[in-house]
Amino acid sequence: MATLSDSTAATNEPSFRFRSLRLTYIKEWGVKSILIACSTLSVFVTLAIVVVLFTEARAFFHADDVYCNATIKDVGVSRKCGQFVGTSTPETAGKEVACTKCGALHEMPAPVTLVGFLTGTKWDPLIGGESDKNFGVWPLITGTMLVSMIAMVLALPLGLITAIYLSEYAHRRVRSIIKPTLEVLAGIPTVVYGFFALTVITPGLKLLNSGFSTYNAMAGGIAVGILCLPIVSSLVEDALQAVPRSLREGAYGLGATKFEVSTKVVVPAALSGVISAFLLAVSRAIGETMIVALAVGSRPQMSFDPRNDMQTMTGWMVQMALGDVSNYDVEYLSMYAVAALLFVITLALTFAGNLVRYRFREEYH
Amino acid sequence: MAGETRAHPLERLAGQLQPRDRKFWDLSFRILCIAVATMSICFLIILLASIFYQGFNSLSWNFLIHYPEPQPGAAGIGPALWGTVWVCTVCAAIALPIGVATAIFLEEFQPVNQWLRRLHTFVQLNITNLAGVPSVVYGILGLTLFVGMGGRFGTAKDPYFSFGVRYYDQFWSAGERVLLVPVADPGSPPTVVEPGMKAINNEGQWVDVNVVKSRRQLPRDKSEREYALVEGRSSGRIEKPSWYFFRLPFGRSILAGALTLMLVILPIVIISTQEALRGVPGSLREAGLGMGATKWQVVRNVTLPAAIPGIMTGSILAMSRAIGEAAPILILAGAIFITSNPSNLMDSFTVMPLQIFDWVGRPQHDFHKLAAAGIILLLGILFLFNSVAVLIRQFTQKQSS
Repeated sequence: MATLSDSTAATNEPSFRFRSLRLTYIKEWGVKSILIACSTLSVFVTLAIVVVLFTEARAFFHADDVYCNATIKDVGVSRKCGQFVGTSTPETAGKEVACTKCGALHEMPAPVTLVGFLTGTKWDPLIGGESDKNFGVWPLITGTMLVSMIAMVLALPLGLITAIYLSEYAHRRVRSIIKPTLEVLAGIPTVVYGFFALTVITPGLKLLNSGFSTYNAMAGGIAVGILCLPIVSSLVEDALQAVPRSLREGAYGLGATKFEVSTKVVVPAALSGVISAFLLAVSRAIGETMIVALAVGSRPQMSFDPRNDMQTMTGWMVQMALGDVSNYDVEYLSMYAVAALLFVITLALTFAGNLVRYRFREEYH
Repeated sequence: MAGETRAHPLERLAGQLQPRDRKFWDLSFRILCIAVATMSICFLIILLASIFYQGFNSLSWNFLIHYPEPQPGAAGIGPALWGTVWVCTVCAAIALPIGVATAIFLEEFQPVNQWLRRLHTFVQLNITNLAGVPSVVYGILGLTLFVGMGGRFGTAKDPYFSFGVRYYDQFWSAGERVLLVPVADPGSPPTVVEPGMKAINNEGQWVDVNVVKSRRQLPRDKSEREYALVEGRSSGRIEKPSWYFFRLPFGRSILAGALTLMLVILPIVIISTQEALRGVPGSLREAGLGMGATKWQVVRNVTLPAAIPGIMTGSILAMSRAIGEAAPILILAGAIFITSNPSNLMDSFTVMPLQIFDWVGRPQHDFHKLAAAGIILLLGILFLFNSVAVLIRQFTQKQSS
C-alpha cells in the first residue's frame, strides 16, 4: 500500500509508507461480518432442529387426516386427486373408505392424537392390523427411565466419591494415574461400550441370576453408568476445586477429620456444581443410543424389571431408521415425534443444569 | 490430641460422636475412596482386556483391505476405514473454520452495539445448550435437512441438479453381455427395447442391437447372441459418476454425513477454542492495542498464534469424538451393505463404528470376533490422535516455560 494516510498533513511527514486507513476499516468490517455470519450458523442449527422436529411431529399427529393421493386424469393432465377423505377414529380404523371425488379406496390408519401419545401405555406401531395399533409413548419412556436410573445409581455415588478422593485425598502420583484413566473412559466410543455390554456384562449377569434374558436393561444401564462416571467425576471435581482453601482450613482448625471436612464443609459449599453435574449426567444417559440399541433390546413394554428386554426412545429411533418402513407412513413419522420428546427432555435438563451452575453458585471472597 | 480423652457424659447426650468413632469413619471413608478409585481403573482394564482377548486373532492385513462379506471368514473393514477417512476429512475442513471463527467472535469481539450484544449472549447460551443435545437428534436433523432436503429438490434417483455424472440404462443381452444406452434425463421412464436401437458395449463402442420379436426367435449362433435382445423388455438405470460428481439432493452421501458430523462437533470445537483463547494473557492483547493495531490485527498477529496449540489440541479431541460417533451416521445411512471404497463426494459410505455396530448385531459368534478386531483398530486410531494432542501440549508447554 503505497498511498499516504488521509490524516497526516502534507508538510512535515517523513518518507515512509502508511497503509490506507480506509482499506483497514473495510477489511475490519469485512472480517467482523464473516465472524458474525459464522456465529449465526449456530443459531440456525437450533432453529433447524426445532423446526424440523416439530414440523414432522405435527405431520405425525395429523396422519389420521387422510387425503387421497391417487393419480387421476384431469383434462388430459395426470395429477394427484388431493381430496380430503376423512379423519380416522377408533371406530373407522382399519376399514376401507372410498374417496368421494375419484372413488379410490383408502384404508383408514390408526388414530393418533397428542393426548393419546402422551398418556397411552401401549406402543405397538408395527402390528399388522390398523385398528390394533397403539401409539402411547409411556413404554418407551419407562425403558429410558429404567436404563438411566440404573446408570445413575452406578455413576453418581461413584463419581462423587472419586471426585472427593481426587480433590481432597489423592497424592499427586495417584492423581496422574486416575485422571488419565477417567479421560480414556470418557473418550471411548459408545459402540465399544455396547459391545462390552452385550458380550461381557450380559453373560456375567446370567451367571449371577438365570432370570436375565439376552437383551436386558441392567447390562445397558451398567454400561451407560460406566460411560457417565467420568463426566460426573470431572464436573464435581471442578466444583470442589473452586471452593476456597480458607473454608477447609477453618474446619481443620476446629479439629474436624478429613471425612467431616469433605462431607460437611466442601460438598455443601459446592452443592450447585454437584447438582448441575448430576443433571448433565442424567441428560447424557437419556440421550445414549448405541449402547441401548445393542444391549437393551427392541420390545417396548411397560415393565420395571431390569432382567427383561425393553426398548428406549433412542432404541425406537434406531429401529425405525434401520427398518424398511416407507418414508411417509405413520410409523416412520413416529420417529420424529419421539425425537421431539427426547429433545425437549434433554434440553430442559441441560438448561436446568447450566442454570443451577451459573445462577446458584456461591461466590466466596 | 495427646491421647484418647473420655468424652463428657453431656456430650454424648448432645449427640456428638466420640473421637474414636470419628476416626473410624474417617478411615473407612478413606478406604472407600481408594476402593472406588481403583474400581474405575478395573473397569478400564476389564474393558480393554476383554476386547483384546476376543479380537486379537482376527487382526490381519487382509482385514484392513478386504470388504465385508456375508460370511465372517474373509471379511474385512476396508470400505469402512476409507469411509471414515473421507467423512472425517470433509467434516474437519468444514467444522474447524466455522468453529474457530465463532469462538473468535465470542471471545475477542465484545460488541458495543446493543443488538450485537444480545446476539452475543444468545449465541453463547445456544452453544452450551447445543453441546448437550444427544447425537441422534443431529442424525435426524441431518436426515431431513441434508439427505432428503425436505423433498424440495427431488430424490437421489431423480435429482434437481447434478453434474459430473452420466446416466445409462443397462440391458443384459442373451449372450450375457452388458449393453448400455445413454440417458439424458434421469427422471425419464426406462428405455424399452425397440427395433433399430444402438447401444454401447463394455469396450465403449457403439454396436447395433439385434432385436428379435420373442424369446423363441433368439439366434442359436453364439456370436449373434452377443448383442441380441428381445423386443419390449425394459432396463435398469445405473449412473457412472466421475470424481467430481455433485448432486443437489445430497442423498445418503459422504457430504451429508460430513455436514451432520459437523453439527455434532461444532459446539465442542467452539468451547475448546474459547478456552484456548482465554488462556492467552491479556497483557499481550493490550500491548498490541497499545501499539495502534486494530482488533482484527491483534487477533490475527498476536492472539491466534499464541492460542494455536490450544486450538489444535481442542480440534484433535473434537475429531476423535467425530471418528467414534456412530449414532448420527446410523440414522443417516440406514441399513446399507457397502462393499466398495467411496470414490466421490456423493457416494454412499459407511464408517468404522457403524460397521462394528452391524457386526455386533449379528448372532454368529465369529462376527463378534471381527467386531472386536474392528474395535481394536478404532481404539488404535483414537490412541494415535490423542497422543498427537498430548505431544502438542507438551511440546508447546516446553517452549513457553
